[in-house]
Amino acid sequence: MIEINDLTKYYGDLCALDHVSLTIEKGKILGLLGPNGAGKTTAMRILTGYLSPTSGTVVAKGLSISDKMLEIKKMIGYLPESAPLYQDMLVFDYLSYVAEIRGLGREEMISRIKELSEICGLREVMHRSIHELSKGYKQRVGLAHAMMSDPEILVLDEPTSGLDPNQIVEIRDIIRKIGREKTVILSTHILSEVEATCDRVVIINRGRIVADGSTEELRKSSESEYFLSMKLRGADERKAMEILSAVGGVRETLVEDRAGGDLSLRLLCGTSEDIREKIYRRIRETDWVLLEYRQESKSLEKIFRELTKEN
Amino acid sequence: MSAGNIACIFKREFKVYFISPIAYVVIAIFLVLSGWFFFSTFFLYNQAQLRDFFSLLPIILAFIVPTVTMRLFSEEFSVGSYEVLVTLPVTSREIIAGKFLAATAFVAIMMAPTLSYAITTASMGDLDWGPVAGGYIGSIFLGGAFGAIGIFASSLTRNQIIAFIVGMVICVALTLIDKLLFFLPESLLGFLQYMGADYHFQNIARGILDSRDILYFASLIFIALYGAHLVVEGKK
Repeated sequence: MIEINDLTKYYGDLCALDHVSLTIEKGKILGLLGPNGAGKTTAMRILTGYLSPTSGTVVAKGLSISDKMLEIKKMIGYLPESAPLYQDMLVFDYLSYVAEIRGLGREEMISRIKELSEICGLREVMHRSIHELSKGYKQRVGLAHAMMSDPEILVLDEPTSGLDPNQIVEIRDIIRKIGREKTVILSTHILSEVEATCDRVVIINRGRIVADGSTEELRKSSESEYFLSMKLRGADERKAMEILSAVGGVRETLVEDRAGGDLSLRLLCGTSEDIREKIYRRIRETDWVLLEYRQESKSLEKIFRELTKEN
Repeated sequence: MSAGNIACIFKREFKVYFISPIAYVVIAIFLVLSGWFFFSTFFLYNQAQLRDFFSLLPIILAFIVPTVTMRLFSEEFSVGSYEVLVTLPVTSREIIAGKFLAATAFVAIMMAPTLSYAITTASMGDLDWGPVAGGYIGSIFLGGAFGAIGIFASSLTRNQIIAFIVGMVICVALTLIDKLLFFLPESLLGFLQYMGADYHFQNIARGILDSRDILYFASLIFIALYGAHLVVEGKK
């Protein structure tokens, strides 16, 4: 659907994107993740035709941004960061204006605006001026703006910023629904958002792609470390540490809690081998009671921090 | 370029002028200024003509038109709505053309009430309508040229005040260039006069539609709009 090849963008001598290559399939929700200033917005701006790249190519559905930008713009709906809309227009007037530029006919326009006002919850603010709206409502108008022509590609720059928790859930539902048939690219720095909505995550740092895959794949690939948490009854702390640390593959043993005679432990396992069974057998040899036993993978936050930390 | 897109941008820009109070303030200032300059000397000459009105019009427009155009790009840059606009399926040429037509149409609307001066004058004496028609046609050309220069100035910056000052300085310079540099040798002065907007405007305002004057304004409009196009494309 979209092929980004060796894309580079310089602002003066500041490098915002550094030879980025990426292929985006149809019908997937792609999350661009990265710290502030990583190049997420720049990448989106190039794709939507606001900026032109210093070098490299972007081809969407066989059309290149260098010569067929107008055609590409027709199939892209774009919501820029913080939805900078015309402040002095009424919501309805604004949406009709967008519909007209998008080439919708008169009747089509009315029904589409009605439909979008339902989807984005704009019914009560339709005849208010945009500058009177709260940030959340502006964001929703921006979303309606992006979805006006039912575009094949939806590019959303931080779509849920400024929304309250209920609205966030609603917007995520909308995005997921759209993502079944259309291609959605969204940027965010909220990690739970990526886990909740995206099929694929691309982590960008300093203009380079540092990770690419589903959230599951990212967890698996980021070293072969995981945690085993357990709760033991009737175990002596020192003895337990001694026995468990001796099992091959355990890097570290951490005591979490020892309230009421129950000992909570966390083992950091630094091996690709599954040592759950070995540990279970070792515990069975003692007279301790195993109350809880659980494998935990590293959180996305930790992966994110490892990949994007300053060095 | 698609006429539909240009019409769409034109409509929005034109409507926005009248949503905000700026339009009414600008029109009021223009009418007060031009009315005062016109009628303060009108009865002294005891002649039924609008020559004084049209002779002062270029300098008044040189100050007024940049206030009309200063927001066209600068405001979009500072609010960020420019990003929304260019990512819609329109080209920057269509955007510039739409905004230019809106500014020119606004100048025409602003000029319309001054037709009452002509009607008043005609009721007092025998008015020669030729120069009056020429004056109004010329003022549309002049308004368009100053509008294009104002759009160019607006495309340079996100600050509306700077856009106004740059636009105004260029427009005033074009109006007064031959009068300011009167001390230069005759041969050079002829050339400068040809560069001046006032000279060509006064030609048309005499009631003579010469292709040279029309070509002058057309090329001025083209150069300014092309400049704006280059600036806007350069920002990508």
